[in-house]
Amino acid sequence: MAAAEFRDAATRALADPQLRANFRRAMDGLMTKRAAMFADRDEWTALRSLGAAVRARSLLQLPELLERLEAKLTENGVHVHWAETVDQGNAIFKQILSRHDATRLVKGKSMVSEEIGLNHALEADGIEVIEADLGEYIIQLDHEKPSHIIMPAIHKNKQQIARLFSQKIKDAAYTEDVDRLTGLARQVLRRKFAEADAGVSGVNVAVAETGTLVLVENEGNGRMCTTIPKLHIAVMGLEKVVERLEEVPPVLSLLTRSATAQPITTYVNMITGPRRPGEKDGPEEVHLVILDNGRSRVFADPQLRNTLRCIRCGACMNHCPVYTRVGGHAYPGVYPGPIGKILTPQILGMDVAGDLPHASSLCNACVEVCPVEIPIASLLVRLRGEAIRPEPGAVKGAGSHADPTEAWTWRGWALAYRVPALYRLTTFLLTRFGWALPGRMPLLKEWTSVRSRPRFASQTLHELARREKVSNQ
Amino acid sequence: MDHSPNPSHPEKVYFFGTCVVDLFFPAAGLAGIKLLQAAGLEVIFPQGQSCCGQPAYNSGFLDEARAVAWSQIKLFSKDYPVILPSGSCAGMMKKHYPSLFRGRPEQAEAEDFAARVYELTQFLVDVLDMKFDDLGEPTKVTWHPSCHSMREMGVGDQPKSLLRQLSKVELVELPRERECCGFGGTFSVRQPEVSAAMVTDKIDAIAETGAEMVVSGDCGCLLNIGGALEKAESRAHPKHIAEFLWERTHGRR
Amino acid sequence: MTDARTAILGRLRAAAGKDVPPAEDFTVVSPRGWTAEHRLERLRRMMEAVHTEFLDCRGQDWLGPLRDWLIQEGVPGLIYAPATAIGRRLAAEWSGGVPLISYDKAMAEWKEELFAQSAAGITGTRGGIAETGSLILWTDADQPRSLSLVPPLHIALLDVNSLYDTFWQAMREQKWAAGMPTNLLLISGPSKTADIEQTLAYGVHGPKRLLVILVDQC
Repeated sequence: MAAAEFRDAATRALADPQLRANFRRAMDGLMTKRAAMFADRDEWTALRSLGAAVRARSLLQLPELLERLEAKLTENGVHVHWAETVDQGNAIFKQILSRHDATRLVKGKSMVSEEIGLNHALEADGIEVIEADLGEYIIQLDHEKPSHIIMPAIHKNKQQIARLFSQKIKDAAYTEDVDRLTGLARQVLRRKFAEADAGVSGVNVAVAETGTLVLVENEGNGRMCTTIPKLHIAVMGLEKVVERLEEVPPVLSLLTRSATAQPITTYVNMITGPRRPGEKDGPEEVHLVILDNGRSRVFADPQLRNTLRCIRCGACMNHCPVYTRVGGHAYPGVYPGPIGKILTPQILGMDVAGDLPHASSLCNACVEVCPVEIPIASLLVRLRGEAIRPEPGAVKGAGSHADPTEAWTWRGWALAYRVPALYRLTTFLLTRFGWALPGRMPLLKEWTSVRSRPRFASQTLHELARREKVSNQ
Repeated sequence: MDHSPNPSHPEKVYFFGTCVVDLFFPAAGLAGIKLLQAAGLEVIFPQGQSCCGQPAYNSGFLDEARAVAWSQIKLFSKDYPVILPSGSCAGMMKKHYPSLFRGRPEQAEAEDFAARVYELTQFLVDVLDMKFDDLGEPTKVTWHPSCHSMREMGVGDQPKSLLRQLSKVELVELPRERECCGFGGTFSVRQPEVSAAMVTDKIDAIAETGAEMVVSGDCGCLLNIGGALEKAESRAHPKHIAEFLWERTHGRR
Repeated sequence: MTDARTAILGRLRAAAGKDVPPAEDFTVVSPRGWTAEHRLERLRRMMEAVHTEFLDCRGQDWLGPLRDWLIQEGVPGLIYAPATAIGRRLAAEWSGGVPLISYDKAMAEWKEELFAQSAAGITGTRGGIAETGSLILWTDADQPRSLSLVPPLHIALLDVNSLYDTFWQAMREQKWAAGMPTNLLLISGPSKTADIEQTLAYGVHGPKRLLVILVDQC
């Protein structure tokens, strides 16, 4: 069960001082820089409202917008494919690639491709997939998954990367110089771009009005993947569409400033079709794979639908006190941090990840910084309820964590806390005899790992108020 | 102590003590009541009150939370402000009661109730504009703002402005003060390792300030931070702001 | 996969709400009312902060200063797009010193050379965005995509009279939605990464250097 997996993985991460130092330093820096980016509170409030409105509007019209997007893309010469499941998504890739005899792929950063396990699926068919984003390249060399949705190799320091490069890159001398490490990757990957049969990318925003796929990046690897090979395949979650082109600027401004505190990324790459007659470069064929993988089920619930507003900026994890301490690898699924805590249980099912919503102190730091106003804390509470509901419900695997003992405990609690005489009795017993609770009892045992045992007061506030003759009515 | 005359000043207020205060920090609750009384208000403490329902709510047991919440709302039916010595419980009532009862017959009453809810320091500063004279010995304290006071109740500088009124109190800023202490109710026992790491970092930050006391407006945080301080045998002690203010301006009683 | 399409859209349609979409207020991304001087100053400041270099050729012809700059920097050759206005001028008036290379064939015909040997590529722009410090580039039959991507040095001519306050303003006033090119780019500096310990490094996959030539008219 993922719950135990998270707790175990988190416990392991907590015991790794290097990992904790890497995350702490990185998240502290990101929080400070982001705060400076949104120093003008009025501007932040206005931009955030606009961003939230854009995303909310998109979701309200989602089926129509997807159809318009498909029609416009088709008109522009882009082939559109629909995948209900991870397997269908991978099968579509394989079909397209085999039609082109494509065996060498370069790939820009794409969380949806991680979600469907594309590399693994294609490599099983003998297709080489090279991650071209530097961070993704680093973790691919080390056979890891991303620990952050924006900065996938954030868990590693440069010494670790230096060692990795000197071991895995042919003829690479050991160096901790960041420019030289970057130069090594450039050298290797430039060859790969030139030789690749196909390029794969994600999509940050898809525009229905014009049939445009918008990608943001700093390195140029995304442009390489979508420009140099003859074939470009983009993959996106079905929620990424917006209606109009003019809705792109606020979304990108929120995205890049929230993610890495940049006013804009080095490249905003807007793709509206394959190479046209007479053009000297650009892919001859462009495909878009639209992935559902549980999203339409998320969409079906008006409250949970807000999960799909997400623009994948990562600000929620940068500000999460849990993520900061355990890092991204502790989370099941590919999306870590607060967004993962609400998205992963819905996609993988409550039966698999139903305890993940409990991996939060509900501190609301994520809610405070979310650029599209996703009520993450409320959704966490909602999902906690879905996990323990007595019967199946809207969410996949709902009710799988239902525990009669827990249910009866809360029923008893509600009775005692609703009926004043019972409450008075409960608090009387606790204040007089609470000391006698065995220290090894569950909950108390966990609590006292780093804390002294809570001491009940000798008299309750109710009693003190009566003594002081505080009016009751 | 005096208070500026305020025409919109209510004459009567309700006090909701909260269950954590009731069981662990009753002196903080009583201090809150006395501060309000000292401002010339009649304080009503309905003896039938228990808990805002947040423990059940946060655990996903909404029916149970709703039942307890409703039993509380009924006890505070007159049109008086409801004051809580807790940003978290106040946040539950103000932010979550309306959604808990949305689309139900109780909705209007729950919304009316929620609109009357105040966190104590907000009420002391924003409504009463209380002024204090410090009678205590020189001391150094740090302030721990609770997550829900900041992010659900929108409490900002009010508690610190109260502490700054105390002439012999040196207020030292807590490093990373906006970061959660790791309590989170059931979180502290469902994810005890992560919670422990969070509270350990918090008490390290408190130690860094050299403060003798960590003052906060939420007893959940104080239970967590205080327990960790005690186990670590730290020199710093936890104190609820109501109790701290009362002691410094009226002496220990 | 028609089946998947039908199933997905069917589920979405069944669940779609009838709520009124929230209103969008674009004031926050609207023109700022900046002066021309402020726009240029801001664009330059933003772009220089991310290592963009500038060659100010306002009030003079840019060909001579560019040639001098290339010689000074030891740039061994310059690729240009012959069918563009810039390309036509270069072809007609270039006074040598640095060899010109015409991008007059499909990329596939000289991909190896382009990747292995190219030193610099020159493009035009459709204007700039002051708020973010960005250049607007359209690619088409005359101006290939790879010209601003593969050579390690990208040189872009920017008419200072074509600056906009914001991204939103630029796309609306230039009526992008009425007809997008196959690839429209905003470029805000040379290629960079912070994937190693969040330390900025320039020139990871795209151009290592970006030179913006400021002109009054092209």
